[in-house]
Amino acid sequence: MSNEQPVTLFIQCIVDTHYPAVAEAMVRVLRRLGISLTCPGDQTCCGQPAFNSGYRRQARTAAQHFIEVFENSEIIVCPSGSCVNMVRHHYAELFQNDSQWLARARNLARRTYEFSEYLVDVLRVEALGARFDGRVTYHDSCHLLRGIGVRQQPRTLLQHVSGMDFIEMRDSDYCCGFGGTFSVKYPDISDAMVTDKAKNIMATKADAVVGCDMGCLMNIRGKLSRLGSDIKVMHLAQILAC
Amino acid sequence: MTKITTENYVAEARKAIKNQVLQRALADLQNRFGRGTAECYRQLPEGPDLRLKAHEIRMKTIENLDVVLETLAANILKNGGHVFFAKDSRAAVDYCLEVARRHQVRRVVKGKSMVSEEIDLNAALMDAGIEVSETDLGEYIIQLAGETPSHIIAPAIHKTRNDVGSLFAAKLDIPYEDDPPKLTWIARKALRQKFLAADMGTSGCNIACAETGHITTVSNEGNIRMSTTLPKVHMAFMGMERVAARLEDHDILLRLLCRGAAAQNMATYVSYIGGPRQADQVDGPQEFHLVILDNGRSRILADAEFREMLCCIRCAACLNVCPVYAKIGGHSYGYAYTGPVGAVVTPLLVGINRAKDLCLGETLCGACQEACAVNIDLPRMLLALRAKLAEGDPAWGVKPADRKEKLLWQAWSMMIRKRTVYDFVLRLAALVQKLMPQRDGMIRRLPPPVSGWTQGRDLRPLAKESFIQRWRKGF
Repeated sequence: MSNEQPVTLFIQCIVDTHYPAVAEAMVRVLRRLGISLTCPGDQTCCGQPAFNSGYRRQARTAAQHFIEVFENSEIIVCPSGSCVNMVRHHYAELFQNDSQWLARARNLARRTYEFSEYLVDVLRVEALGARFDGRVTYHDSCHLLRGIGVRQQPRTLLQHVSGMDFIEMRDSDYCCGFGGTFSVKYPDISDAMVTDKAKNIMATKADAVVGCDMGCLMNIRGKLSRLGSDIKVMHLAQILAC
Repeated sequence: MTKITTENYVAEARKAIKNQVLQRALADLQNRFGRGTAECYRQLPEGPDLRLKAHEIRMKTIENLDVVLETLAANILKNGGHVFFAKDSRAAVDYCLEVARRHQVRRVVKGKSMVSEEIDLNAALMDAGIEVSETDLGEYIIQLAGETPSHIIAPAIHKTRNDVGSLFAAKLDIPYEDDPPKLTWIARKALRQKFLAADMGTSGCNIACAETGHITTVSNEGNIRMSTTLPKVHMAFMGMERVAARLEDHDILLRLLCRGAAAQNMATYVSYIGGPRQADQVDGPQEFHLVILDNGRSRILADAEFREMLCCIRCAACLNVCPVYAKIGGHSYGYAYTGPVGAVVTPLLVGINRAKDLCLGETLCGACQEACAVNIDLPRMLLALRAKLAEGDPAWGVKPADRKEKLLWQAWSMMIRKRTVYDFVLRLAALVQKLMPQRDGMIRRLPPPVSGWTQGRDLRPLAKESFIQRWRKGF
């Protein structure tokens, strides 16, 4: 396995600043597969929050920085579906009137993968020898699912974890109500949505809810915490590193 | 023009979220229609990709709308109908009133039509002393209650059978009854009188066909057929985009419309209306009028970024999957068009600043596009509207929505360019967060402008060290 191409880590800003353990778990999983890793220390944010809020000039600044930092990487892997969706689909929109940057953005988009997608679709790995004793349910993050079409890959990886009892929750593909700045601008609506999500998770009697995007998981964790639930909220990488 | 209350989005949403009856009704609606429609698409003989083909059909028609509409109008005239191009609500309503006056119309029966809500036809007719009766059961309930529809195809979704029972008892002077079949019979009996007495019927138009010069209406109650055939005058209202060039295109759209609207392969009643009664026919109106409404649509057509919105055939499939609509219901959107379609089209029709909460107050989850019968990229247009609100846009008369916010993003964009600055801000934020009340390692309360987060949630604090810092140290 050591002849795999080296991977450059694209660390979602929320993971970098709030959940470094998720990035560490991803590193452990990839190293176990014999992949050599690099991690540019200049990376900050892909620009998605600005783009989603309508601030395209500011998002372009972030995107240009991102492209400059990652341009020479062969394979870029990120533990977030929405960040990959940003790079893969929205960079082209940001640079539609700038052919030079557009070409650079497109070139980069082709080499950027979400973590579970990279494992299953690129490396063709399904079983990682992980073990987790307990009942687990999975939340489909919107941009991961509908943006880059990743539905089965995380489930496949989870099915190969020994000791696990996997259970689907009701409406796993319904938005959790995070929506970036939406969650602070429209707290009533956001809260009503994440309340439903938390109820659906709790109804499974799972020990842990797993996802592939810490934006959604931060929201879900925040609600479960407020409701006094002790259900663990884990990124897929954390389960696979067990 | 109908009353626009888009400014009340947040307040109305809050009210809806607290309304347990509404919450249950919305959940049932989505559970039934949202899932059902997805299954219907999967079972299409051509496969779910027929939606993509329909998108191409729609875009091609929209890009040639001038020619298509001319053809439609010419063929309607050839069939003995009348066509009126209304530039705005006023013109549409005035035309209707003029025709009503000419025929000394006293009573109008209406088939459900969102365009008639858009132009507020009922109020105009009633002001002219004409009795107007909605004949779709849901619309009839809403009219008796003096409310507005909360869903494009299920207008009374926010009412329970008990609500309807009390309403009928009060308005129809009958004993209280809450058995749905019995309530339907009561409405049916009341409405039969209206149909027989009406001298004008109005309807919407689900899809018109230019090639044949006909309009199609669909319903599951048969009320539209009666509204359009019993009275001596039939006037149909359509948004100027609701047309297919060829019959072949029309039929694909009709099949998708029924699946998107009600998870049906075909609606119970489908009428192809090709003009007034001909000399050799026994049924139908003496006069047929088609009002083709612009009311801001030309402006949407002229903008390549938003033209795609005119593909919409108002099936409401997006409402049945939208997680925001599921919580806030239709009235929060403050205009005839609700849910994701409303979130894009309403700002374009009534003013982007005025309806800013509609496009900002969505999560961009993408469920709407997946459910859309013609695969409209609604999230793309929500983002485009947000870009206009951020920067302002003279062509659309948009002012920057929040200058303070813009400054914040400006500062943000300087910070993310340099990791050293980014790290410095992180250290600062880590210091500030120590002042926030915490419990079990979670922040319980944040100050404005981010206080909304902790209204119903806790927050994981910033880590002592970022991953990048750990990596630098040789993780």
